[in-house]
Amino acid sequence: MIEPQTIIDKLWNAHEILRRDDGESLLWVDRHYVHEGSFHAFAKLTERGGTVAEPGLTFGVADHYVPTRGSRHNIADPAIARMVRQVEDNTAKFGIKLFGIDDPRQGIVHVVGPEQGLTLPGLLIVCGDSHTSTHGALGAYAFGIGASEVAHVLMTQTIWQKKPKRMRITIDGVTAPGISAKDIILAIIAQIGADGATGCALEFAGSAIHALSIEGRLTLCNMSIEAGARCGMVAPDAAAFTYLKARPYAPKGAKFDQAVEAWSKLNTDDGAKFDLEISLDAKTIAPIVTWGTSPQDALPIDASVPDPAREANAERARYLRDALDYMGIAPGKKLTEIAVDRVFIGSCTNARIEDLRAAAAVLVGRISKVPGLVSAGSTVVKRQAEEEGLDGIFRDAGLEWGESGCSMCVGINGDIVAPGERCASTTNRNFRGRQGPGARTHLMSPAMVAAAAINGHLADVRLLLAGRKT
Amino acid sequence: MDKFISLTAPACPIDLSNLNTDQILPARFLKWTRAMGIGKVLFHDLRFESEGKEKPDFPLNKPAWRDAKIIVGARNFGCGSSREGAVYALFDHGIRCVIAPSFGDIFSGNAVQNGLLPAIIADEEALEIMGELKRRPDLPVTVDLEQQTIVCGNRTYHFAVDPVRRMRLLNGWDDIALTDNYRDRIAAFKERDQRERPWAVPRVDLAGPKALDD
Repeated sequence: MIEPQTIIDKLWNAHEILRRDDGESLLWVDRHYVHEGSFHAFAKLTERGGTVAEPGLTFGVADHYVPTRGSRHNIADPAIARMVRQVEDNTAKFGIKLFGIDDPRQGIVHVVGPEQGLTLPGLLIVCGDSHTSTHGALGAYAFGIGASEVAHVLMTQTIWQKKPKRMRITIDGVTAPGISAKDIILAIIAQIGADGATGCALEFAGSAIHALSIEGRLTLCNMSIEAGARCGMVAPDAAAFTYLKARPYAPKGAKFDQAVEAWSKLNTDDGAKFDLEISLDAKTIAPIVTWGTSPQDALPIDASVPDPAREANAERARYLRDALDYMGIAPGKKLTEIAVDRVFIGSCTNARIEDLRAAAAVLVGRISKVPGLVSAGSTVVKRQAEEEGLDGIFRDAGLEWGESGCSMCVGINGDIVAPGERCASTTNRNFRGRQGPGARTHLMSPAMVAAAAINGHLADVRLLLAGRKT
Repeated sequence: MDKFISLTAPACPIDLSNLNTDQILPARFLKWTRAMGIGKVLFHDLRFESEGKEKPDFPLNKPAWRDAKIIVGARNFGCGSSREGAVYALFDHGIRCVIAPSFGDIFSGNAVQNGLLPAIIADEEALEIMGELKRRPDLPVTVDLEQQTIVCGNRTYHFAVDPVRRMRLLNGWDDIALTDNYRDRIAAFKERDQRERPWAVPRVDLAGPKALDD
């Protein structure tokens, strides 16, 4: 009898070209996504006189540095303009398909990959960006790599890896109304910590996970890295196959049927062993916001921020004091009393069409008390939102309707949160200075950002949804 | 790649858990090339006031640790973004080893690719070494990768490092050259794989970037 395998084992085995005696394996890479930030790797390639081994398996996007407000072409900062030009030059030079600034399919790499059907179940996907874990939502083995590894993949289409530990997080049951994938992943990170899954490949399982739409699963897997996981994944099911069927780059006709047959086997066998197992009860998950400077600093919206004076552990007390001090929040303050200066709806975590619909459902007919920016995850999402009239809802509420890119999540295109300003954000990192030097970030779901906008402070979206259809 | 065998040097304690790569190299410096002097902006927003003045309290700004080649840190050092620039900034500032109870996976991989050793010790040991260094800032620390030991004052600690990464650092292996030895195995895998998983190849003309622009 064959020993039962996890989905992680199955994906790993399918890509293992060889395993050295020391335990390190050489893996085949099915898709390699590059962006403006990959310039170090292209420089390395050029320096070695190398070439790209598989340009047909490599895809480029312009996302990190592209302007998301105002003109796409008049980039005031020459250094930023150079970054966008560089990815155009590098991809053209090596025959790599680029979704550039003028391409109707341009967008954030982790939105574009699944949207175009480039990301498929069973693939091994890498990209020089830590949020590559996103693509695991479709049952791919996807992880972020550094520039040296990007150069290695460009030149060989392979990567050296040691097999990670296998971890499973099972969430059964039904979530309460108004709870999104973002709340689920923040609840997980709050429980296991920002290094709770370090060294692990992570499978999300259970009825509450499979009840999520593919877009919800993308949000979930996106933030696996914020728990330290190498990658996160959900076993592909009928929802995944339906999502992929008509995507431009996905297989078609008989090839698609053949693929579905193979994809259907990509699940964890009964009795397969994980190195670590954790479970959560879906019905205990409330809308969650972060209060500190790590995604693990997350609490249900009806809670108060910690008080370091009541913390027995001195190390922990110091950590709390530092975080609250940076965030400018008094110890023990109720979360719902924290006023915000602006909001941001965007990023590879939460800027897909369902995210924009969720925020718009709360905002429709209401006015934001603070300024804010909405940046769709891709130009395709932007167009669709406009067809549905969502842009009008955001504009009428007083928010800015921008172009697609990484935008104010990482602030390197120039769209930043001002020093000392507090931003309710649908992004993935509330690190010090992440959205700009001195910026204070609170992470939450799109609906919760909308609620914060309307109230001018952190707020429970469930109170605004009462009596509304969502 | 630079080898790492052993090192005796000043060691700077930075007692901050989850010290992510955004702190090590803030995003606005990601467009810098190494030639621009990326080591100068290491820990920029922790090290400098907004006007560029040094923050005297930041450990790396203290006289004893200005030339540190070792950093002793807390849990989850280098978590977050995959930016290899964080490692370039450390390395170009002169840092050759970071000692911490745990590291972000991508960061430690990037470190090893650049000859910088991520050495793992227990939480209590990290606290103990940091405490000793705060008492005796001039105390040099010795890190020996062959022995996998750290000597600080009269204490010797054993550190953990993945055996493959250890060999990589000791030998200064170049992965691309190494992989080149397996060219035939890769080609054979590709051929078999394309037969077994024809759906895994994107619906695109492999000859060029223009395909599927239908």
